[in-house]
Amino acid sequence: MLRFLLQRLVGVLLVLWVIITLSFFLMRCAPGGPFDLEKPLQPDIRINIEKKYHLNEPLPAQYFRYVTDIILHGDLGPSYRYSDRSVNDFIREGLPYTMQLGFFALMVALTIGLSMGLAAALRHNTRWDYLAMAFAILGVSIPDFVLGPLLQLLFGIHLKWFPIAGWEGFRYFILPSVTLGSYYAASIARLTRGGMLEVTLQDYIRTARAKGLSEPVVVLRHMIRGGIIPVITYLGPATAFLLSGSLVVEKIFQIPGLGRHFVNSALNRDYTVALGMVIFFSALILVFNLAVDLLYLVVDPRMRKK
Amino acid sequence: MNLPIPLLEVKNLKVDFHVSHGGLFRRQHSVLRAVADVSFHIKSGETLGLVGESGCGKSTTARAVLQLIKPTGGAVEFDGVNLVALKKETLRKARKNFQMIFQDPYASLNPRMTVGDIVAEPLKNFGVAKGKALEREVQDLLQRVGLNPRYIRRYPHEFSGGQRQRIGIARALALKPKLIVADEPVSALDVSIQAQILNLLLDLKGQFQLTYLFIAHDLAVVRHVSDHIAVMYYGKIVETAPSEEIYENPKHPYTQALLAASPIPDPEKEKSRRLQYQPLMGDVPSLMKPVPGCPFHTRCPYTMPVCKEVLPPLKEYTPGHKTACHLLEK
Repeated sequence: MLRFLLQRLVGVLLVLWVIITLSFFLMRCAPGGPFDLEKPLQPDIRINIEKKYHLNEPLPAQYFRYVTDIILHGDLGPSYRYSDRSVNDFIREGLPYTMQLGFFALMVALTIGLSMGLAAALRHNTRWDYLAMAFAILGVSIPDFVLGPLLQLLFGIHLKWFPIAGWEGFRYFILPSVTLGSYYAASIARLTRGGMLEVTLQDYIRTARAKGLSEPVVVLRHMIRGGIIPVITYLGPATAFLLSGSLVVEKIFQIPGLGRHFVNSALNRDYTVALGMVIFFSALILVFNLAVDLLYLVVDPRMRKK
Repeated sequence: MNLPIPLLEVKNLKVDFHVSHGGLFRRQHSVLRAVADVSFHIKSGETLGLVGESGCGKSTTARAVLQLIKPTGGAVEFDGVNLVALKKETLRKARKNFQMIFQDPYASLNPRMTVGDIVAEPLKNFGVAKGKALEREVQDLLQRVGLNPRYIRRYPHEFSGGQRQRIGIARALALKPKLIVADEPVSALDVSIQAQILNLLLDLKGQFQLTYLFIAHDLAVVRHVSDHIAVMYYGKIVETAPSEEIYENPKHPYTQALLAASPIPDPEKEKSRRLQYQPLMGDVPSLMKPVPGCPFHTRCPYTMPVCKEVLPPLKEYTPGHKTACHLLEK
């Protein structure tokens, strides 16, 4: 078990290293640089700036410096575009908002998704099933930049239940969390339904009924553990996506999260910020996938051996 | 110990399945009668073997007896109580007294529970035992079915098919039921293991005073364990008699054909059997389009005009031996 964990951790670090290396050189391959403005800088100023950020050194040296700074100091470097701010500053400031939004969106996705999926599976081929699946289709097909403004219009402006923007308390969280979470809720509902239906037909479910177990016990103890596996698989990447922030939702609801940096840094060729975002996001995905693999072991004993 | 009232009395059991087929716009609904008017009884302490080929309604009968499928009609009286009429919760409590052993020992055990939990679950569910006493009880059950009690923390996938079936048997025994319905309990196992499991079932029958409804398609298997045998064809019982009587003196052409088809484990006799043997030709008629008259007339070597029109009733032609065939009317 410990061995397995160590092996996987080494694997995660290796993958992360490959990602850092690839994205470092890819960023440099892209034409333009952080100091190519519409009005060109004077050559001596440019030289000074490049010297300050070590951009005059050969690429391998820059790469070496970058990687050692990450490993030794956990420092993702300074922003080239916003002088006196570092990538770590950006993450430190934006992450709490993004994480809160992601967390609440995940809660929305799980509660709505699981309950709709379970209801659909247990009431298979009834109007509840069709209703839940119709909502699921809507959920996956309405984009967040449509859903967000619609919710703002209805619940913010007409009904005045919730504020339409900002991030100052629980009431502010609801609309953005629903906007961000609805797509994931819909996917989870479909996966739950599928997984549960597959398990319902298993012989051991009939065994459980023949034993004289009551229906809730059959569902809770025998069906859910097997039926939930597809959802667990999905939850790894989904959590990573939710926690890494959404440019669109953060923009619509004016939340000062991480999302905007993803896009701005790439457009500005702000090398370190873009790299920092990529590394941060990949690390999230890798960690959550590892967590999912560990969860499998808890849920399915057949995977423990070997 | 023959009690006057049978432990299980099944009267005119019917099970219909609704099937819909066809395309998006012209969906057709039809009714498939899997079990048509089946009646039998089992006395306490006896074993009834229910035999028939695949698709004849054996398993459906078993499930309908245990109310795992709601019968469309008829009554299932267990200890004088009609299970069909019971309310959900009363039925659930009554399940303590009748348990089932399933055909597929691979699919019928929850892969995510330890063997101990699987066997303990019925006991916990009905509040029979808990804590240390529960663990002792589970270990005792495992020992009785011939498994090492230390296996309690292992998972089903760590066992062979025969061992898994033993787990299933321990689970069914846990509540000390009066009736056990065994739905082809050995057909998924290697022949070498089948005898072990059959002997185990016989031993346990004595130890726990069990009554069995034993379902199989293999006549040799059923002969080994049954007191009475009922032969099913096309959702109906066509012949029923004491075990030896069926083998010595089969009256229904279908039973005769079944017996003639089972190989004899003696090369000399087997050779002569093969020479005389004429296999049944043709197929079982479709359950969706029932044929009039006797359902066996499409394959029977002795078909008479009356067979194509009138369904022969199950009648007692000699004491204790009932047959549904027009040939015996003469």
